[in-house]
Formats: sequence, C-alpha cells, structure tokens
Amino acid sequence: MPELASRREVAAAPDAVERELTEIRVAGFGGQGVILAAQILGKAAAIFDGVHATMTQNFGPEARGGACSAQLIVARHPVLYPYVTKADILVAMSQEAFGKFVPELKQGGLLLVERDLVRIQQDLPERVRTYGVPATRIAEKLGKRVVQNIVMLGFFGAVTEVVSRKAMEQAVLSSVPASMAALNKDALQAGYEVGRACLESRLPASECDQIPEYAAWLD
Amino acid sequence: MHADPTGVLTGTHFLNGDQACCEGALAGGARFSAGYPITPSTEIVERFSKRIPTIGGVFIQMEDELAASIAIQGAVWAGAKAFTVTSGPGFSLMMEHIGLAAMTETPCVFVDVQRGGPSTGLPTLPAQGDMMQARFGSHGDYPCIALCPSSPQECFTLMVRAMNLAEEFRTPVFLMMDEVVGHMTERVQIPPAETIAVTPRKLTDKAPGEFRPYEDSEDLVPPMAHAGEGYQFHVTGLTHDERGYPSMTPATQAKLIRRLREKITRGMDRITQVEEDNVDGAEVVVVSYGITMRVAQRAIKLARAEGIAVGGMRLVTVWPFPEERIHALAGRVRALVIPELNMGQVALEVERCARGATQVIPVPHAGATVHDPQQILDAIRKGAGR
Repeated sequence: MPELASRREVAAAPDAVERELTEIRVAGFGGQGVILAAQILGKAAAIFDGVHATMTQNFGPEARGGACSAQLIVARHPVLYPYVTKADILVAMSQEAFGKFVPELKQGGLLLVERDLVRIQQDLPERVRTYGVPATRIAEKLGKRVVQNIVMLGFFGAVTEVVSRKAMEQAVLSSVPASMAALNKDALQAGYEVGRACLESRLPASECDQIPEYAAWLD
Repeated sequence: MHADPTGVLTGTHFLNGDQACCEGALAGGARFSAGYPITPSTEIVERFSKRIPTIGGVFIQMEDELAASIAIQGAVWAGAKAFTVTSGPGFSLMMEHIGLAAMTETPCVFVDVQRGGPSTGLPTLPAQGDMMQARFGSHGDYPCIALCPSSPQECFTLMVRAMNLAEEFRTPVFLMMDEVVGHMTERVQIPPAETIAVTPRKLTDKAPGEFRPYEDSEDLVPPMAHAGEGYQFHVTGLTHDERGYPSMTPATQAKLIRRLREKITRGMDRITQVEEDNVDGAEVVVVSYGITMRVAQRAIKLARAEGIAVGGMRLVTVWPFPEERIHALAGRVRALVIPELNMGQVALEVERCARGATQVIPVPHAGATVHDPQQILDAIRKGAGR
C-alpha cells in the first residue's frame, strides 16, 4: 500500500477524525481528458492498490473548451463524505481551473500545473509546493496531444505517493484502447521521468527548465 | 435459482452508481428495458443499450415516459424481466402506469435517480425529494417497496434485490437513487453468477383452461402465465375478480385492495433491511438513507469525538416503512435526528412511528448538494441536550 505522502505536511483540520485520506481536485477544460485522468487515478487506487477511492465529476453545461473538473478522495478506510472540502492536491491543466480551485487548496498542499497553460499570478495558500510540467508539449512530441492527461498522470505519480507506479500503469492500460497502449505507456513514462527529475533537483518549479531531462522537451 | 452468467460481469470494477445499477439489472435477469433517458439516470440505459445486444435482449428508446413505463409491463407479460429508469420529471409522468403495475400485479422495477425539484428543477444536482412520491404518487391505495442505495456497490446489489422483490411479491419496486450516488465512481465488486440469488417468476402449473390469473394462494401472490403460451386471460386496471375480469362491487374491491396490501405486510420481515450502528445505549440516533447517511456518518464520528453517545440507523428499505423498528428505538433514546435532502419527508414518517416517545429532529435540506456535516452535528448536539 502506498504512503499517502501528501498528508505529511497537512495541518490538523477540524474534521481530523477521518484524516487518513487525500483529497484531490483535477481540473482543466473540456477535451483535455480531465475526467478520464481522475477516473484512472481512482481506478489505480481502488482496484490496483486496494485502497478506497471515490470519484465525482462536476456535471454542468460543460463541453469541449469549457471548465471541467473532477474530485477524488483516496483513503485507507471507506470514504464517507464524497466531496473535496480542502484539497491536498490540485492538478490544474488550465488558467481558469487554476483560478477557480486554488482557493480550496490546503495550506501545505501540492499544486501541479500544466506549465505552459497556467501562469501562477496570485498568492498561493501558505507552504504550497508547486510542480509544473509541459504535458501538452510532451504529448505532442510523442505524437498525439490527447495523451497529455496521461503525461500529467505520470508526473503526478512521480511527485506524489498517492498511488503506486505499478497500479498507475495498470489503470492506464486498462482504460485506453489496446491500439493506443504503446503511446500511453510512453506518455506515462515521460511524465514520470520529468517528475522524478524535478523532485530530485529540489529546484522551484520556475527553475525546472534548467534540468536537462526537463529542458529536452522544451525545444 | 442463480443468475444467468451471460449477464454477469464478474470482477472488480471502478464504476459509477448508474453503471453499477445497469449491471445489477443484468445480473438480476432484466432482458428488457424501455426508457426516455433523463439526467442523472441516463448512464444506466446508455450502458444497458450497449450491453444488451450481446447478452440477448432489447432496449427501446420510447417517445416519452408514459410509453416507457407501459412498454416494460408489456414485456413482463410476454415473459421478460424488465425495468425502466428516470428522474423526478419522468417519475411524475410514470405515476399512472405505476398504479397500473400495482393493480395488475406486474413485477417490474422503476429506478428514480433523484435530482432537485419540483418540475425540471436541477437536472444535474442531487435531492431526495421523491420519497413520498414513491410512496403515494399514484392514486388509490396500494403498497410499495422502495430501496435506497448509498454507494455504487449498493446500486448493484440493491438493483438485483429490487428485481427479486418485484418477482417475489408481484409488485412494482422502486430503486430510489440520488444524483450523488448515481454519478459517484467507486470500486464495485460483482460476484460470480452462481453466488447471485435470482428469484424466478412464479408461474402457474395449471392447464390453460383451469388458470385463474388472480386466484387465491397461500402467500397472497398469485402465479402468472405469459402471453403466447396458450393461456387466455384478461389483465386490467379496473377492479377485477380472480379471473381478471372487471367486477366493480364493494366486495371485490375490498378483497383485492386488502390482498394487495396484505401481501406486502406479511412479507415485511423479508423486505425490511436496516443497518444499525451502535444503537444500543445511544442517547441520540441518526436515521437516514442514501447518500445522506454517508454524510451523517461523518457528523456521527465528530459527535462521538465530543463524547456524545450517538448511533446510526440506515434505512436500506424505506418503503414499507420499518415502523416497529423505529417505534422500539424511539422508546430508548433522547432524540432521533433525521437528515434528508428534502424539506422533511421521511422525518414525518419517523415522527408518526415514534408516537411521541421521543424528540424527532428533522435536518431538512433543499438539495443541489449534500448536507454540511456540521448541520447534522448541530442537530445531534441539540438532541443530546448539549
């Protein structure tokens, strides 16, 4: 069972009685595969890691291009309350999503952004750690922009410890068409590598493009 | 009898409640559905329409809910197990035919994925505002069975159960979901077909000339015959005698209406399903159902952390109402707290059953989201006199 790492720096909250859980918000615009990303993440946790996960997606007049988000609670115990109250992790794949959901990010939480699509223009809650990945560019270089959500999942897998690497890969491969398996595997791998390089460099997100593994995707 | 393996997707899945409900219908033996899809129930029949051609069955998208709710009854009399799905606005339109199913004793399942109302209300947002409509929505006196799942896993298991209860009691059964449960995705374990009990249709063993479709039987549930098997009989919404022919006398009416009621009352023990959590010794018990019970459990934990002895009772079957269970509980506690996503529907029933023996504190909510656990916690504190 993976460590729920993002918990480490979370301050005691009023709902501390059921603290062994991680609240995640994945947000972007319709067409980026936001819901599928949350679905895969939940599947990795609930099916392949054997912990509990509850995913809810925001339903509304959302279509391609509109704001779109999903919520995921991962826990050691069955999840009771199904919604995010304060996010431990925010994955923001668009500027609009970032602006809308950053206020619900917990102090000491994790912020993961699509670095080419999100500019961090406002103050973040205290002690938030930020990581950025050029997921769309990486996906384009791999051959298809649609796998940018899978790149993001790889990146997520490297910088958090919510789900295991093996579970993530199993969840991805069981969620995409067999004919696209190789491409998705590459996308996941690329995301992991970039994420691991960022983590190991200990550099702030704004300076990560100095890392060779990271810079390689930027030209 | 166990489930037909061709309809059972045995394994561990990550499904939303709607998808799990569809799998429950298939495992429970449904091979026909007609629907006029409506948010937030659409995914149930979307999946059914995709799955059923490979299993061997039919889905028809009808012109409206009236047609959908009567087409399933035609399918039942032709030998299929059938269900339809809807949400508030469609549920309202189905009421006439729900009464027909009760009167003609047509076993079928109506799934209502509740959204905010009245009218078209909140298509994509939750409520539990149709609970009384399920009980009393169609005219006349008829009993009903309604189940309330609080997770995708239960959408599966309770849909199988709904299909079974419909057959056992020859009555329409309601699966009262809500938008949160319908659209929430969690792990769903579907067991092997041979471990899923399925209630077969109770069919007559009499020859066509001797068959009486509404004859007296010991359990008050008369055996059926299917169309096309050589039996000639009449099925009508008019008050009918044992032969199924209209007979509008006080005696026939009394006999029929009493039997419809009595067959459910006698089966209470087999129908009633409630889950109790630390009810013994509790000062306060929270009584709830569906998604609201999960939210309430958070409040219960918080209250316990404050030292309040609080228990929980989850109504898995809401109708017929577990009257005696509630009455017995009422005599032992300081208060019953009833959170629900409506302005107080099941709370009225709890109050009736408590018969003044305890304080009943409703925690109403207009819907569109779930309760803030704090609201329920405040009611628990009030009930405990803190």
